[in-house]
This record gives sequence, C-alpha cells and structure tokens, in this order.
Amino acid sequence: MTPVERINSPAELGDLKRKVVSAIRSCATRVLVCGGTGCMANGSPAVLAAIQEALEKHDVPVRADIVSEDDEKAIGLGYSGCPGYCQVGPIVRILPADYFYVRVKPEDAEDIVTETVLGGKPVERLLLASEDGVKYAKRDDVPFYRNQVNVVLADCGVIEPGDIRDYIARDGYRAMAEALFGLTPEAVVAEVTESGLRGRGGAGFPTGKKWGFTQVVQSPKKYVVCNADEGDPGAFMDESIMEGNPHALLEGMIIAGYAIGADEGYIYVRAEYPLAIQRLRTAIAQAEQAGLLGDRILGGPFSFHIHIKEGAGAFVCGEETALISSIEGQRGMPRPKPPFPANSGLWGKPTVVNNVETFANVPRIILNGAEWFRSFGTERSPGTKVFALTGAVVNTGLIEVPMGTTLGDVVFKIGGGIRTGRPFKAVQIGGPSGACLTRAHLDLPLDYDSLKSVGAMVGSGGLVVMDDSTCIVEVARFFMSFTQKESCGKCVLCREGTKRMLQILEKIVSGRGKVEDISLLEEVALAVRDGSLCGLGKSAPNPVISTLTHFRDEYLAHIVDGVCPAGECEAFKNYTIIDEKCKGCGLCAGKCPVNAISGRPKSPYVIDTSVCIKCGACADACKFEAIALA
Amino acid sequence: MEKYVTIDGVKTPINGSNNLLEVIRASGVELPTFCYHSELSVYGACRMCIVEIEGRGIQPSCSTPPEGGMVIRTHTEPVMRIRRMALELLLANHHGNCQTCEKNTRCRLQELAHKLGVKTVRFEEPGSVLPIDDTNPSIVRDPNKCILCGDCVRMCKEVQGIGVLDFVGRGSGVRVSPAFGKNLKDVECVYCGQCASVCPTGALTIKSQVDEVWNAINDPTRTVIVQVAPAVRAAIAQAYGVTGGEQAMGKTVTALRRMGFDRVYDTSFTADLTTVEEATEFLGRVAEGKKLPQFTSCCPAWVKFVEQFYPDYLSNLSSCKSPQQMFGALSKRYMADHEGIARENLYVVSVMPCTAKKFEAKRPEFTVDGDPDVNAVLSTQELINMISEAGIRLADLPADSMDLPFGFKTGAGIIFGASGGVAEAVLRMAASGDGASPSEFRAVRGLDGLKEAEVTLGEKTLRLAVISGLANARQVLDKLRAGEANYDIIEVMACRGGCIGGGGQPMPNDMSAREERKNMLYDCDAIQPLHNAADNPYIKECYSTLLGKPNSSVAHQLLHTGYRSRKRIHGEDLDLTDTETGEKVPVSVCIGTNCYLKGSYDTLRRLIDKARDAGLAGNIDFKATFCFEKCKAGPNVQVGETVYGGITPDKIDDFFNETVAPAARSRSKAAESEVDKCLQ
Amino acid sequence: MAQSAVLPEAGSKARRRFSRIQQIIEEYGATNSALIPILQKVQDEYRYLPEEILTFVATALDLPPATVYGVATFYAQFSLEPKGKHIIKCCDGTACHVRKNQPIIAAIRRRLGLADGRKTTEDHRFTFEIVSCIGACALAPAVVIDGVVHGQMTPEAAVKAIDEIDAADKAEVAR
Repeated sequence: MTPVERINSPAELGDLKRKVVSAIRSCATRVLVCGGTGCMANGSPAVLAAIQEALEKHDVPVRADIVSEDDEKAIGLGYSGCPGYCQVGPIVRILPADYFYVRVKPEDAEDIVTETVLGGKPVERLLLASEDGVKYAKRDDVPFYRNQVNVVLADCGVIEPGDIRDYIARDGYRAMAEALFGLTPEAVVAEVTESGLRGRGGAGFPTGKKWGFTQVVQSPKKYVVCNADEGDPGAFMDESIMEGNPHALLEGMIIAGYAIGADEGYIYVRAEYPLAIQRLRTAIAQAEQAGLLGDRILGGPFSFHIHIKEGAGAFVCGEETALISSIEGQRGMPRPKPPFPANSGLWGKPTVVNNVETFANVPRIILNGAEWFRSFGTERSPGTKVFALTGAVVNTGLIEVPMGTTLGDVVFKIGGGIRTGRPFKAVQIGGPSGACLTRAHLDLPLDYDSLKSVGAMVGSGGLVVMDDSTCIVEVARFFMSFTQKESCGKCVLCREGTKRMLQILEKIVSGRGKVEDISLLEEVALAVRDGSLCGLGKSAPNPVISTLTHFRDEYLAHIVDGVCPAGECEAFKNYTIIDEKCKGCGLCAGKCPVNAISGRPKSPYVIDTSVCIKCGACADACKFEAIALA
Repeated sequence: MEKYVTIDGVKTPINGSNNLLEVIRASGVELPTFCYHSELSVYGACRMCIVEIEGRGIQPSCSTPPEGGMVIRTHTEPVMRIRRMALELLLANHHGNCQTCEKNTRCRLQELAHKLGVKTVRFEEPGSVLPIDDTNPSIVRDPNKCILCGDCVRMCKEVQGIGVLDFVGRGSGVRVSPAFGKNLKDVECVYCGQCASVCPTGALTIKSQVDEVWNAINDPTRTVIVQVAPAVRAAIAQAYGVTGGEQAMGKTVTALRRMGFDRVYDTSFTADLTTVEEATEFLGRVAEGKKLPQFTSCCPAWVKFVEQFYPDYLSNLSSCKSPQQMFGALSKRYMADHEGIARENLYVVSVMPCTAKKFEAKRPEFTVDGDPDVNAVLSTQELINMISEAGIRLADLPADSMDLPFGFKTGAGIIFGASGGVAEAVLRMAASGDGASPSEFRAVRGLDGLKEAEVTLGEKTLRLAVISGLANARQVLDKLRAGEANYDIIEVMACRGGCIGGGGQPMPNDMSAREERKNMLYDCDAIQPLHNAADNPYIKECYSTLLGKPNSSVAHQLLHTGYRSRKRIHGEDLDLTDTETGEKVPVSVCIGTNCYLKGSYDTLRRLIDKARDAGLAGNIDFKATFCFEKCKAGPNVQVGETVYGGITPDKIDDFFNETVAPAARSRSKAAESEVDKCLQ
Repeated sequence: MAQSAVLPEAGSKARRRFSRIQQIIEEYGATNSALIPILQKVQDEYRYLPEEILTFVATALDLPPATVYGVATFYAQFSLEPKGKHIIKCCDGTACHVRKNQPIIAAIRRRLGLADGRKTTEDHRFTFEIVSCIGACALAPAVVIDGVVHGQMTPEAAVKAIDEIDAADKAEVAR
C-alpha cells in the first residue's frame, strides 16, 4: 500500500480529499467484499481470494490501493465494513454501479469478473429478489435498506476501513479540522448540546451536557474514554462501526478531547472483538502517520493520543466506573456516583465516557450542523439509532433508523416479519438489562422517553424478536443467568438478589414452582432494581419485571397448570417413543434406571411417563433416533 | 454561611461533614452500615445506608456529599424494604449458629437483623461449607460468616499497606481471601489483627487460648504467672466503666488472683528493661555511626513486616526482644533461680492488646529446649471472656497490687502502650545522662500516623520518627531506601495509635476509643513516682544480680534475638547458613533470574568458600534471596545494609577482600559504648 | 554463562522462565494500569496463569499478590488452570441461545466426556467453554474452534469437527 503521508494543515487535508476523490473516480470499478466478523466467518476471505484469482486469470490488474493510479485499467478490490444485512452474507458490493450481491460464494468469482467487471452488467442470480422475482440491482432498492436512514453507518460497506484515505474522501477528518481550527471548545460543546445527541450506550444522557460538565472543571489533565465493551449478547453495532469505519470513532474522540480539554483518550474494547481491535490499531497507526492524531494535529497546537485497552471478559466493565477501574488495572467493580467521572474519573481526573456510536455521530454533527441532526428522529430523541435485529425475523442484521420509528415498522417493514410464519410474541429490547415489548407496543415509537414510559429502555440497541414458540419465562431465566454470571459481586442486592431470582426462575421452568414464588420474585426484583449500586444491578430485574407484567399468565401456566404454553421447557415435555422408527430392540428399556420402558421384541416399546425421571439415557442409547422429547 | 439540609423534616446544619451519613448520624438518626468506616475509603457496597433524596431517588448516604437544600428522608417504605431485603439475603448466606459464635451479642449482622425487624429468611441456605482457616496462632478466618463488606480488605491495604486479603472471583462466587486461596500463615499476614477489629461479623476473630489457660490454672502441677501489658488496663477501664487505668489495673489484679493465677506481674516492668537495653544499644550505634536508623523491635507484626518486605533493613532492627518475651525469658529464669520452680512447671501467660503477640510467643527462637518462654497469650477480649466465665463483676471488686519484683514499673514502661511511648522512654533515659533532663517529650505523642521530632541531647541532635500503621512505615522505609530520609531512631507500631489500638482490644476499637485509652496511659505515667526506666530499682537489681551490664553477653543471651528474611508467599527460606543475625554480617546474594543468568549462584558459592578459608564463616550469615529488583546491575550482593551490583564471579576476590571481610571482622568487636553513663 | 547450573530446592524450572516475564513487564511498564495487559500477554505465552508467575508479577509491580490474584479471578478471560491443546468455545449470546445452542453444548460435552463443571478433558487435549456473545449473531448458533468462527452449527457438525481434530492429532503423533 502507498504509505500515508503527513498532512500539515487543513488546507492540505482538503487537497488530499480532492486527490483521493478524483483517484476513486478514475477507478472504473471497485469490488468491496464485506469484512465484518460475521461475513468473515461465513466465507468472505475465500470469496476475496477467489475474485483475486479470477482477476489475475483474466489479466485485470488490481490497484495496490485507491490512490495508486499507475495503471488506468486497474480496479479496486478490498474489504469493506459490515453493510448490515448479515442475513444474506457474504456480501459483495460493486461501485460505482452499486450492485449489491448476496450469498456470494468463491465459485461466483468467475462470473463477477467476466460479467460485471469486464462486461459492466450485474450477475442477476447474485442479486436479491422480491417474492415476485423482481431483482433489486442496487443496494438502495433493497427493501431492507429502503426504510433505513444511514448516518452512522453511512460509510460502512462503502469504504475500506484499512485505508484512511477512503474515509478522507468522504469528508473524513474535515469536521475535526473545522473544530480545531475554526471553533472554540465552548462552541463545539454548544453545537453538540444543540444537536440533542443523547448517549447511545443505553442511558441516553445528553452528550453535550456531559461534555459541558467536564469542560468547566479546572484540571491540567483530563481524559476521553470510549466504551467499546458492548457486552450485550445479541448486540454488535459498535463492533461493526469499529470494524467498518473506525476513523469515525477516532475523529469523534479527538473532537471530544478538544472540547473538554483532554489530550489523551482510551478505547476500551472487549477482548472478544479481535477483528475490531486489529482494525482500530491499523486506523490509529495510519491516523498518526497522517498527522491527524498524536502530536500537533494538522500542524496546529492541539495534540491528542489514543490508546487501546482490551477488556478481559467482564460484562460489568461496560458500566462506566467499572470500565475506569479496569483501565486502572483493578477488578472491574463499579464505584458509587457521586463522584461522577466528569469530576473524578480515570485516575481521579475529569473524564468523559461515551459509547462508540455516540462518538461516531459527532463528526457529522459538526460538519452538517445541529439542525441537520435534528431533522431526523424526534424532538427529544433526535438523530438515528443503530439496532441489531436478531431472532425470529426474516431479515437479521444491523439496521439504522431515525429515532421514533415504530416497533412494528422495524419488525415487519425492515425485519420482514416472522421467519417461521408463526405469530409475533414479543421483542426483547436492550438485552439482559432490557424489557420486553409485546403486540400492544407495535405502534410504540422507539425513542428514549417513549420506551422509558413503558418501563423499557433503548439500551445498546439489541432487538431480539420472538415468536410464540419461545417460552418467555425461559427468556427471563436466560437473561437472569447471564446477569448473575456477570454480576461483579460487590453489592449484596445484585450479587445475592440475582442469584435468588435465578433460583426461583429455574424452579419455575423445571416444573417445581409454587405460587408464592411469584410474589417473592417480585419483591426481590424491586429491591434489586431500586437498591443496587450500579446500572447492571438496577436493570438486571427488568426482564423479570416486564415479563411478569405482560406475560403473568405464562408464569402461572408453568406453576399452576404444569404446562409450558410455548412448548419449549423440557420439564413439561415427555420422552416418547416414535412408533414408526422403533425397531423393538429393547436397548432403551435396558438402559432405563427406573424401568419405565416396556414392550415386546420387534414391536414398538412404550415409556411410562409417570415413572420416567427424564434422564435421557434412553434417547442417548437409541440407535434409530426413535425417542424424542416432546 | 452555614449550609442546611432537611432530614426527616428537620433542618440540620451540615457542619463541614464530608458525607450525608455523618450529617444524618450527627443529627441523631442512627443509620445502619456495614461497609462504612470513617478511616477507610468509601466502598458503597452494603446498601444499608441508603436514604431517599428528593429529586434524586434512593442514594447511598456514605458516598453522597451533602449539599445545601437537600431534602432527605431516612426511613421511607422503599428504603426500609430494601434494607430488610439486603439483610435477608445476607442471612440466607450466613452459616452457623449465633449462640455458639465468637461474636454472639457483638455481631453487627445480628444487631441489624434485630433492629430492622427482619423476621423471616425465605431463601435456602447454601449447601456447601467453606473451609475455616485456623492454622495460624492469631486469627481465625471463617468465610461462611463473611458478608463481603470489604472492611478487612481496605484496612489491610490502606492502613497497613500490606493487602493480604482481597476479593476473589466474581458474582455470587466472590470471596474474601488471601492470595491463591492460601491460609493466612502462608502469605504475608503479620497478624496485627486490625482486620478482625473492623470485621462486623464473626468472619475474622481472635484465636482463643482461653481453654488452654484455664487448663493450666486448673493443673495443680503448674505455677501460672500472668503479665499484663500497659494498653490492657486502659481498655479494661473502658469496658467496665472504671475511671482511670490505675484503678482498672488494680481491680484486674484482684480478678486475676480470684481466677487462680499464682502471680500477677506487669509487662511495663520489662518495658523498662527493654528501654534500658535498647537505649544502650542505640547510644552504641550512634557512637559508631552504624546500623542507623535504629528501629524498635517490640512490635511483632512490625518485625515480621520488616522480615518480609524490607529484609535489607533487618540489621537496623534493635536486637532487643519485646517486653513480652523479655518477661518470659527473665521470669522463667528468675522463678527457677529464686523459687526453685522448674521450668516445666511454670506457665507464663501474657495479657496483650495484640494478636501478633500470639505469633511472637510461638517463634522457635523464643524457646529453651523446646519450652516456650511465654506459654500462652490472651488478648484483652479473651481476658474479658474469662472474667465473664468466672462470673466476676470487675467494677465491684476492690483494687489490689501486683507482685514484686516484676510488678514494679516506672511511667516510662506504661507509656509503651501508646505510639511514641517507646521513643519517649528511650529519650528519657538517654537524656538523663546529660544532667538537666526533660522528663517529657511531647512531640512524639498523639495518634497521628507519622510524627517527626528532633531532640538535642548534649551536642547531638537526634532525629526521630514515630510511626503507627504499617502503610506509614512503608512510606518512610521507601524514602530511606531512596536516600530521601534521615533519621536516627524510628519507632514503629503496626496499629494506628500504638498498642492501645491493637487487634486484641475490645470493640469499639475506633480512633475515639484509642484517644481515650492513650490519655489514660499518660495519666498513669504521670501518677508514677518514677519516669525514667533506668531509675527502676528492681531493674537495677536485675542487672546487679543477674545481667551484669546492659548489652552484656548474659543480657544478649536472655534478652536479645535475631531476625531472618521471609518469603512473602510461603516457601522455604533459602538460608544456606543456619544462624541468625545479631552479631553476624548478613551477606545476601540474589538468585533471581536475571542475576542467576549472570552467574550469581557461582558468586554465592565462591563467597562462602572464601569466608571459610579466611576463618570468617562464623561472622557471616550467608543467604540466597530472590530479587533485589535491580536486575540490570546484577548479580547483586548485599553486605550489611548496602547492595552492590555487578559482582560477577571474576570480581569475587577483590569484593571479598575489600568489602565482605572487613565488615565481618568489625562485627566481632561489639561496640563497647558509653553504657555506664546511663546507669547511675 | 552456565545455563544448566542447578538451583537449590523447589522451583528451579520456574525461575528460568521468569526472564520472559521480565521482558513482558518491561514492554508494558511496571505500573498498576499495565497489570491486565501483562496478564493477557502472559496467558498468551503460557495459555494460563501459573501461580508463581502471578506472584512474580505482583512483586515486580509492587502490588499485593492477593490483589493480582483478585484481578486474575475476576475476568472470564483468565484461566488459572492449564488449558487443553484445542479450545472450543460455544457462544451463549441471545441470538445463539434463541437459535437453540443447548443441544450443541450437550453434544460436545458428551463427545468429550466432560463431567459436570469440568472444562478440560483428562488428557488435556480439549478445553470447552461457554462464552458470552462474540458478535456473530447472524450466524447463530456459533461455535469457535481454535480461534475460527463456525456459524450455523448443529450438534452433528460440532461432533464431526471434533472427530476431525482428533484424527489429525492422532495422525501427527503417528508420524
């Protein structure tokens, strides 16, 4: 790759942008293969390699990078970030035509090269099609995208995160230059405040206000910390931003540092995101080479350094004070607030802690203005939000919608409805700290205040859709077991309370629940919610409280009727022998420790469910798969 | 401009309090807490101190700074509900029977469960029982009773600067534990017992020797002698509502006799003896200008601390035993010589404010043919237990006096119980040789953790440091190592405020209790007719009939000792020669990886050979040690108190001739100093 | 220098390895905030955190060993017991859970013969862990085998993958 040269002034930055834009324009075709974790696991590397081979075979030169114009026939080939439609990966995008190829396999490389690169036409079979067979050639035609508004993810999938110049071509770092050279720190804070941006990590605290608190504290040393711990199971928004457009995060942090008066920043990334860490390191190195990060940015007086700290596997470190403790090298245990990080944070210094998505929004706000940001979303929750849509929907993946989009639109218009065709039951929003929303909430706008009013929260943005084959009590139990495992153990309410709640939920799903368990469960839940030290504890009972509110009958069914309405909980199922498959060999009867199986050789055996202890030994032993749990 | 908050409807001034909890308590509302301790950092975990603040919801009061205008309610329904639930959850995890627990009637969990009206525990007790650690002589650790308040963790780390205990694991599996789940005796615990002092439940308690002592008392073949430490009388006064340490001591003597002790003596006597020996040693060192600053050595936790963390300063420790041990050695000798009681029929008990003294009594060097000089150590708490068991109402007893000769003391011996006392006792004696001598050195008094003073005696100006709390000791020692501090004599007591705050003292053992006890001791001192240890007639008799002179060889044999470096985490001491310090030069070679790779093992072997050849093996104490942390300069060898780098095998000859041999030779000429000046 | 000199008593092997630890400490600096990255690097080297090394790190960083032990036991990434040669992690994030990873977990445990609570096979060849969401939610249920993410797993596919590793190991030994 052509080495990145140092940029010594905002004017030079503008020059470089023009140069790169022109170089990209001069490139007849760019082939971008999705390089997000999901697609990488699903085969992107093989696809890229195959395309490279095919190009060689057809004597099509490939550019070393986007600015090397040595050969005018050379095309661009590289990894982009996650375009969000993970359901249909690996995704290959062809620019500038913007063809959107899905489920690409290495075998397709030949056709892509001959038909598209050389022939200039789309490969029809690689395009998405509607139910009536209408092909969607371009990405913007695809229904999944039509209802989205991409601000934060605008560059994901279109640029190569491994080359800073691609980002610069899309006005990257121009916001930073404007802020550093054209605005006072107070003006930056004012713009962000005016925009109404609220923390995208979950709490939704007004970002500008937080920056304002930190800015006014007198201290020679301050810090900017990015919370990239994204521990919510089912959430991968921050991951995709870091993998797909890490520079947006860096730029946002630098602007924040300038605004509050910090010269150093930390990105705390969970260790389970090795690809994100790698992309960030590359981005930091290139930004430092380009003079856009480090000492005397763009030749000006402001310096800012960013370090990466890897998490070591603790969900609780997503809580800001626990995160700070972890950076300091301690157990990730939260601290009481006050004092707030704005006054005393990392190493006791004033610190701003914000989420990845929050920072990624900042450059556009500075570039386009607060009013532009307010043109999306609602009055009190402006802007967009990236959600991770998973579960029983047709289209799973990352989506970005204006705040205030209704739940129904997300699930049905964008998500495409329930994959199994079964009835919609609920959506868990906000992961293990979140609440569930039901049919009754389909018209609810997804924004901070509306969700709060129904006892839910936006959280990190994980949306898990469930149909009626999912037992909601089991969902509550699952989330509680997660929270229990991740509780740091410092305060008695979370440590012991979640343990006891989990015990009760386990009793219920295994058929041993009693009616008084529900009131005890509620009592503990409220105490944990109101008395815990940190956000993890305070929100741990949310799944329990909201499922008890909306699905109390389902709990009672387990306890009183001895039935799991969704048909999921194994305790309420029985082992049965499938007559058609049973060969009458009697092996199962021999294995049964309580002699619950009887029958005659060569004819189907029978299990006496009143004796059966559900150990499963029979099912394990059967060589004909004739025993099932139903 | 005074600021006010409203507490339960009552306007209350903030009065400079740092947190809401103190404001609320000062206003007369006793908020419950487990994890709050005014001397430790705020932890905020127990959630008992929560209150409702208008506009802010439920907040912990220990960590919230008061702001003028706040409206607080301390016992709303949700707050009470949460407190009860927190207690219920703690009780559900709490193993064991209150009735048989060491902390019965003194446990905060028990107290709060009762006070806050917890009437039922609806959760199952956990099935498994965690192992109890009672393998060390001083402290019993029962994790089944731990409520994870973290007070012990913070006390050991912040005030004692060691950090033996920490939280381990995560979530409901969190435990408070030493490193790697080991027992306290296998890690760097110095047994100061401050952790037990702050533990609200029975998770950390003092190891009881009450039964052993009763057995000895009931054994007709045994003559049971008891010595009572100075700090004990002050605590007894508080515990029984008796005015003044002297009164309390008098009643305690009566109680002890009624319980069956054959002789009752005062540790303050041997404190006087320690003063004489130590002051003599000190003046000797000052004259020679070597092994300074001198450290006091009567605190066993402090001694273990030095052995573990600052073994390069072992030779700075006074070689004097502690008063407890001097008493044991001396009294057993005396009883044998003067009353014909054989050693095996003697049973010496000491009553101490301290838990580390139990460890000290068991040190192998404090035995004669396997028989320990001090047979059992009772903490003040245990003494109170015994008094209760015997049904004695101490406050109603008449006072009685101690036995002679060891019951006679000067005020200098009594003040050993307070931080600054040893230094002052030594100064009083050292100053007396100069004629016009002050009998008070107030600069070294008080509960502060670090006190410095300069005292001019004749032409000399002595710089003293008086330290209590081992974290403060660390600071000073680190400065010494870095060459940034200059003292002649340093007194260190492991417990803040001195022995009056020892781990064996009854609760409450907070700073205000210690302040009261300290004042009592200085009052006792003021009442005594004699204030200079050297004036104690029975001490003089001791020298004339037995010891000869201070620091004489008899004195050395009975009253002095040596020290050895210890691994912090258990393991063998890599002693290659089998002796103690004292009169030998310690030579230590680092065999950490870096030094090892540069040939340090060869260095060590060759030094030993050369010493043998030169006939100096008896004067040198060779040790192999791990890591002076000067890896770049390796191999590193320490001679006396200086570390030399770069001693590769080829440099051995010169190094031995120029540095090691002279040190060994001068050691055998013990400083015959201006001893006589002090004793008449 | 005599590298093979015999050191006294216990732990001579451990002492020799400390040079690598010293390098790591020098790389990150002997400060409190370097503790977690140092432990991560140590674990990379040794695949777990041996007790003597934790004590060494504590000494070098001037931290109480109990504190270092407390940090090592807090984070899920750290293992104080040696791991197996092959590491299999089954993601238990929401998406993977909702897409029924329980049978996969059961199948793997059965295939490896892992009794309750045990994570590593007796012969130390396999370690099986259940981990938090790895962020490959669209591929649920996901299983990571020796660092490679496998999506849309089934119990049969998981067992097959283990069989293949087993066979490869045996072939290598035979060679």
